[in-house]
Amino acid sequence: MAENQTYYVPEQSKWPIVATIGLGVTLYGLASILVNGGRGESTTGAWVMFMVGALIMAYMLFGWFGSVIRESRAGLYSAQMDRSFRWGMSWFIFSEVMFFAAFFGALFYVRMFAVPWLGGEGDKGSSAMLWEGFQATWPLVQNPDPEAYPGPREVIGPWGLPLINTLLLVSSSFTVTVAHHALKAGHRHTVKVWLGATIVLGLSFLVLQAEEYVHAYQELDLTLQSGIYGSTFFMLTGFHGAHVTLGTLMLFIMLVRVFKGHFTADNHFGFEAAAWYWHFVDVVWLALFVFVYIL
Amino acid sequence: MYLVFSFTMFLLGGSMAMVIRAELFQPGLQIVQPEFFNQMTTMHGLIMVFGAVMPAFVGLANWMIPLMIGAPDMALPRMNNWSFWLLPCAFLILVSTLFMEGGAPNFGWTFYAPLSTTYGPPSTTFFIFAIHIMGISSIMGAINVIATILNLRAPGMTLMKMPLFVWTWLITAFLLIAVMPVLAGVVTMMLMDINFGTSFFDASGGGDPVLFQHVFWFFGHPEVYIMILPAFGAISHIIPAFSRKPLFGYASMVYAVGAIALLSFIVWAHHMFTVGVPLAGQLFFMYATMLIAVPTGVKVFNWVATMFRGSLSFEAPMLFAVAFVILFTIGGFSGLMLAIAPSDFQYHDTYFVVAHFHYVLVPGAIFGIFAAAYFWLPKWTGHMYDEALAKTHFWLSFIGMNLAFFPMHFLGLAGMPRRIPDYALQFADFNMISSIGAFMFGATQLLFLLIVVRCVRGGEPAPAKPWEGAEGLEWTVPSPAPYHTFSTPPEVK
Ligand code: HEM
Ligand SMILES: [Cu+2]
Repeated sequence: MAENQTYYVPEQSKWPIVATIGLGVTLYGLASILVNGGRGESTTGAWVMFMVGALIMAYMLFGWFGSVIRESRAGLYSAQMDRSFRWGMSWFIFSEVMFFAAFFGALFYVRMFAVPWLGGEGDKGSSAMLWEGFQATWPLVQNPDPEAYPGPREVIGPWGLPLINTLLLVSSSFTVTVAHHALKAGHRHTVKVWLGATIVLGLSFLVLQAEEYVHAYQELDLTLQSGIYGSTFFMLTGFHGAHVTLGTLMLFIMLVRVFKGHFTADNHFGFEAAAWYWHFVDVVWLALFVFVYIL
Repeated sequence: MYLVFSFTMFLLGGSMAMVIRAELFQPGLQIVQPEFFNQMTTMHGLIMVFGAVMPAFVGLANWMIPLMIGAPDMALPRMNNWSFWLLPCAFLILVSTLFMEGGAPNFGWTFYAPLSTTYGPPSTTFFIFAIHIMGISSIMGAINVIATILNLRAPGMTLMKMPLFVWTWLITAFLLIAVMPVLAGVVTMMLMDINFGTSFFDASGGGDPVLFQHVFWFFGHPEVYIMILPAFGAISHIIPAFSRKPLFGYASMVYAVGAIALLSFIVWAHHMFTVGVPLAGQLFFMYATMLIAVPTGVKVFNWVATMFRGSLSFEAPMLFAVAFVILFTIGGFSGLMLAIAPSDFQYHDTYFVVAHFHYVLVPGAIFGIFAAAYFWLPKWTGHMYDEALAKTHFWLSFIGMNLAFFPMHFLGLAGMPRRIPDYALQFADFNMISSIGAFMFGATQLLFLLIVVRCVRGGEPAPAKPWEGAEGLEWTVPSPAPYHTFSTPPEVK
């Protein structure tokens, strides 16, 4: 740590408290919607609460990031702060990896152990007596108890939309890297083009994904309720989709900032963070494509 | 802030434990309904783990790590602030479930499905979001700790010169970032099962309730180390200070903590021996669990070796530290007994397990926190605490704690199941002793409150270095340490 400088300690800020209130109100509202809705009671109040919370969150995000950007532009951040942000972002992405790992773990467990056991395989196969005649297959279209969980008619094959989506995301990882190199070389115009292309690719991915969901729900009867295949399928692709949405939003903000001329060739951590995040989302998709669609 | 919050939660969680022990004072149902009893055990566990122990350690980290490594503050102060404020928010939601229709969560702090999904009360959804908020808070706190340690050390402080408390926290933070998202994942699956008709934990849809336990304990076992490693760190400062000798085997301590952390990822199924894990799995998890005893043993050996031929003196922090070493070792041994799969079939879900984890958590985590608090109170407040009162606090806690938890070993071996409000008559005597001990321990903690308040208010002024044998950057600055102490970093040889 040879190059320590005096460290900038920011002044007190109201944003953390605003963020807490926002998050608390949002989630409390959401929980009330679910619980009251489940009981068949009115959810209007809960919706109001949820929306208010969401608005507070939006206000907070603008305010907080706004002040960080302002401080960064004022040159208050040292190289050491920059390193703190980098560590912070890397570990944040690691935590996201572990979040997905939980769902992938569930998928592997179900496919390798739970479903075969229910079908009578191995020394735990005695659980087959629960539902006699149940056949362990994957994709699981016939659930152990079809009364409670009617299975899907069919599942989505990998070589149609999912393949196109793979190509979209992989090329978007490529375009965002080109944009990054252009930024480092100081070509503002090139950055705009390639970053814009990345965002378009991300959005097209989302549109196709939405189409796939509609197809699954309306024509294939593949839903969240259709047993463990639907559960894992929508959980994994759904959370991934949410992350793509977030990533696209981040890239979009970066594009706006490029237009405003915020970044310099060697000071653009915000951009890099968004790009890292984008690569992470891409890698998760590749894992999804292999384990959810192909295998 | 963290410490105040944590102590409040400690008292709240503690009073729930008092309800539990009051009910168990005598056989039969006297004070509360079984339903409420279950809510109490659940909330007691959740509040102590997530509300008391974890925030206390984060509080210590926030205060001590910058001082120990010569940094002005944590690396990302605003994020830090947010992760603090999220905690009261999460606990407000959690505690509010007590007043909801259908009552609070009643399925134990491990919230096994399907008790928590198909058969859970409606408030479970609120509980899930409370866990999410806590998880966000812990992850951000941990990211902050890592960024601080990796980036803000004073020039010359190499990794292997870092104080052990910093090392243990670095590793704890890593564990937190690795497993809190998994907890978030498992509660999210619960949320979906409850509200959106998925079948992760429902075998009739092809899922598996045992899947819940696997994912939960993949989080759960590292979590118990999250609650003990920082205490290891603090104890490794206190014992050398009062032995007036450097710590024996610094490097081996660091490696031992690392080994414990890594192993903690591959032992989770020792909590599940009885659910029908395949034989090969049982063997693997049994041996892996026993392996953890090796680095743990290294640490205990090093602490003892540090004291050996030291010129010992027994101020309150040292008393707590010595008790820590002895009692934690007892808890480690009962852990080994539980780790033997065939004998665990007998002990599982009895009071023996309750005795085990209270021996590692009360004299482990909680005594570690007390020891650290007394050790650094002079540095925080600029005043010495009242040594005589602190010693009283120690002895009453020590006796109370042993009275409360030692008899539980016998109860468990004799077959008393855990989480029940009533029991067979032959368990009556030990339960009464246990309850008396628990009341004693609980009441004693008010004394701690008194000592701390008096120490903050005034008392003999503390010098920069109140303990003769203590080492480290934190003792080079005046007591109390000035705001944003090291604005320009000090040099470390
Ligand atoms: C040598 C070290 C240890 C070993 C071999 C060990 C082993 C075990 C085993 C096998 C169980 C499961 C018992 C059962 O449910 O039948 C258990 C439970 C438990 N252990 Fe440990 N343990 C050790 C150290 C620790 C430490 C350091 C902590 C925390 C600071 C801890 C906290 C717990 C808790 C909280 C439970 C109970 C969880 C529950 O079911 O509610 N253990 N331990
Ligand atoms: Cu364990």
